[in-house]
Amino acid sequence: MLASLVDWLSSPWPWYVAGPAIGLFVPALLWLGNKPFGVSSNLRHLCAGIAPCGLDHFTYDWRREGSWNLLFVAGILAGGFLAAVVFANPEPIALSRNARASLTALNITDHRGLAPREIFQWPALATARGFVLLVIGGVLVGFGTAYAGGCTSGHAITGLADRQLASLIAVAGFFAGGLLATWIILPRLLA
Amino acid sequence: MRFLLAGLVFGFVLTRAEVISWFRIQEMFRFQSFHMYGVIASALVVAGVALEIIKRRRVRALDGTPIQLAPKEVGRGYRYIIGGAIFGVGWAFTGACPGPLFALLGSGLAVMIVPIASALAGTWLYGYLRPWLPH
Repeated sequence: MLASLVDWLSSPWPWYVAGPAIGLFVPALLWLGNKPFGVSSNLRHLCAGIAPCGLDHFTYDWRREGSWNLLFVAGILAGGFLAAVVFANPEPIALSRNARASLTALNITDHRGLAPREIFQWPALATARGFVLLVIGGVLVGFGTAYAGGCTSGHAITGLADRQLASLIAVAGFFAGGLLATWIILPRLLA
Repeated sequence: MRFLLAGLVFGFVLTRAEVISWFRIQEMFRFQSFHMYGVIASALVVAGVALEIIKRRRVRALDGTPIQLAPKEVGRGYRYIIGGAIFGVGWAFTGACPGPLFALLGSGLAVMIVPIASALAGTWLYGYLRPWLPH
């Protein structure tokens, strides 16, 4: 009984288990405290807390507005630890054969773990691909979500589920940008 | 405390779903697996049905206040399409959206501190440039 529970907690979940579980966070956070599910607001709260520099966008009571969300994100960090370290799945991700072949062609050959080890490590930051993926990529995530007023959780899940036109436009943007990066930029950067 | 706990469960689910994986994001943008589309679509259906029930039954939050979700102003829509596309490029580069950045850090990838710090810099840059950007 306990062994099978541990086994379940350590194995990858299929989309039809994981997806509905993720969707439940929208009503759960509303019910727990009338909070809209959205993670990227935390980047704004952190900026407001660390270096508001008199900018309008960061001048608000971030403690009052954002404390719950910062706690939520601290929980995400702990949840990642619990799932990847305590209940670690020793197997590599069951990527499709085609995905493996495509990534190998881009010199991403080690498919173990959650992210390519060749790039997601400190020394790689000094290489062009490591710098672009981790540093530039991070800037674009922060700038883009702030500009669009939300990320995957706020727009693609909450906003679309609430049938907001703004979120539909944003999600179209997410995919346009992702396809551009995947099909045009990454092949030139990695191959 | 309840939000910390909710976040913990969320981070666990994200990791088990593998949606925080750079490999899975590449697979999605290359249309080489249904996995990510299945996750997003089924999350949407569940969230959509739940919101419909909340609206029709006028469900109240734990503290008794009526549940409401503020509508997003569309305006000209520039911010959504341009900002969205910029985020999309970053999503494909880092293989992570804001939630997964933190889940990956928790999973033991210490180097994720770097994209988190640069995401903060990117958000700050938006705050700085905001008056001059089309919305």
